[in-house]
Amino acid sequence: MLSFIGALPGAVSQGLIWGIMAIGVYITYKILDIADLTVDGSFCTGGAVFVMLFGSGASLWLALLAALAAGLLAGLVTGLLHTACGIPAILAGILTQLGLWSVNLAVMGMKANVAINVTDQANLDRLLVSLRFVQDVAKGTRPFYRHPILVVGVFSLAIISVLYWFFGTELGASLRATGANPNMARAQGINTDTGKVLGLMLSNGLVALSGALLSQYQSFADASMGKGAIVIGLAAVIIGQVVFGRIFRNFALKMLAVSLGAVIYYTVIQAVVSLSNINTNYLKLISAIIVAVFLTIPYWKGKYFHAKVKTGGASHA
Amino acid sequence: MLEVKDIWKVFNAGTVNEKQALRGVSLTLKDGDFCTVIGGNGAGKSTLLNAVAGTWAVDGGSISIGGVDVTHLPDYKRAPYIGRVFQDPMLGTAPTMQILENLALAARRGQRRGLRWGVTKAEKEQYQEMLKNLDLGLEDRLTSKVGLLSGGQRQALTLLMASLKKPKLLLLDEHTAALDPKTAAKVLELSDRIVAESHLTTMMVTHNMKDAIQHGNRLIMMYDGKIVIDVSGEEKKKLTVPQLLELFNKVSGSDEADDKLLLS
Repeated sequence: MLSFIGALPGAVSQGLIWGIMAIGVYITYKILDIADLTVDGSFCTGGAVFVMLFGSGASLWLALLAALAAGLLAGLVTGLLHTACGIPAILAGILTQLGLWSVNLAVMGMKANVAINVTDQANLDRLLVSLRFVQDVAKGTRPFYRHPILVVGVFSLAIISVLYWFFGTELGASLRATGANPNMARAQGINTDTGKVLGLMLSNGLVALSGALLSQYQSFADASMGKGAIVIGLAAVIIGQVVFGRIFRNFALKMLAVSLGAVIYYTVIQAVVSLSNINTNYLKLISAIIVAVFLTIPYWKGKYFHAKVKTGGASHA
Repeated sequence: MLEVKDIWKVFNAGTVNEKQALRGVSLTLKDGDFCTVIGGNGAGKSTLLNAVAGTWAVDGGSISIGGVDVTHLPDYKRAPYIGRVFQDPMLGTAPTMQILENLALAARRGQRRGLRWGVTKAEKEQYQEMLKNLDLGLEDRLTSKVGLLSGGQRQALTLLMASLKKPKLLLLDEHTAALDPKTAAKVLELSDRIVAESHLTTMMVTHNMKDAIQHGNRLIMMYDGKIVIDVSGEEKKKLTVPQLLELFNKVSGSDEADDKLLLS
């Protein structure tokens, strides 16, 4: 129990970081109605680009921006494969994901794992978030506002604000229409292909940004760090919807729910790891089962448990 | 306003399911014309409408709207000229978006969509007024999701959206076929009103001969991918359903009355 409480701030921080990726998944899965598997690759792309640039002395924000750009590019590739080449969205995502495996390794100089040198104090201080900051703040050697929960929390809120604004604009509304009803969108003069490409870019940009934050946090990038990212993203989206769906109706709050969904997911996983002697290799299986169950429940609910219909009363045309 | 010249369309070319859907259709609509289109199943009515809307490219011929050649433009690029209402009430609106947002999307048909706000305050009041005129009780539900509306309400909303930014051509594709008779009559009446108020050039596909005769100033009947009957003006006003059936039989060369047409 004690180890769980001790690990809690770390789990929440990590959950918040993955939450940014989950918001990216939310954009494709919920808004565009596309299951985009690119994210398993682009998550690592973000991490790899960040670590390499940061390691070569580039500034923090430049490295983060480059990671974002790399993600946008990955989304562009999937988007073009889907719209210009007519490949089904799922397959287009898988193709990009597969290709990115090699690209990511190439970015990392053909190594599967590249670390950020955090023993160098000056280098560590340059980071936005780090696992070490959690302990530092607890020990009092670092000011409280450097705590990863606070930093990533503010970061997430900023992203949610920007997205809230964007999806309220004419362009953002046309993206939502593209996902909600492509026929209607085209009849209103919206190029749905452009909408899909733009949405995929935006989504993967966020995913890569999240990857960059995670590689900072754990102080290394790993070729397989994005494995199963889509499942974690979906888990966060679904958990957020199940837990907060009834109270969070506003669009910004829905994105917040996704972010909090990721936090809940990580906290639960952390609890499972700390409180039982489970082999961590089973985590992916557990994740897959959790997501499968949560996706099944609403379907079965609609199929087998019909809400009782009130009979009588006036009918409404 | 609309000029269709000798358009052809084959579906599933080279397969056993090959279907010559349009065989050299030509049609010219003058500004303000309201043309009803009838015909049996597979006659090519909806195909003609989709050809004009740009759902796919035609195999031959040309289409121009208001003097602009749109033959090679995809549907979303023709949208600035065309307002559409589909047969399926689900197709014309975005169900997960608000009534307000749907209207705002339609108001920007054919415009560049940038980073300005998607809905302005002035618009909100304007739409409220317009919805009041529809008399469907929607004016107080601006922020409701369209998915909550009934089929009739959705078709009425789609009509409003199609005419919000005055189109050069309004296409109604059996837009009342999925509604109950009472609602269908109401939506038809609304269509008439909107067409008259904005002086819209209109094409309306229908299965119902009576509706086809009662509405509009011109009537065309299609058979086997061709226009076989074309009546307008006084001649159309005097037309009756039995006359129309007789005309149809004469042209199509079949003696048996088409039950499908008679019954619908």
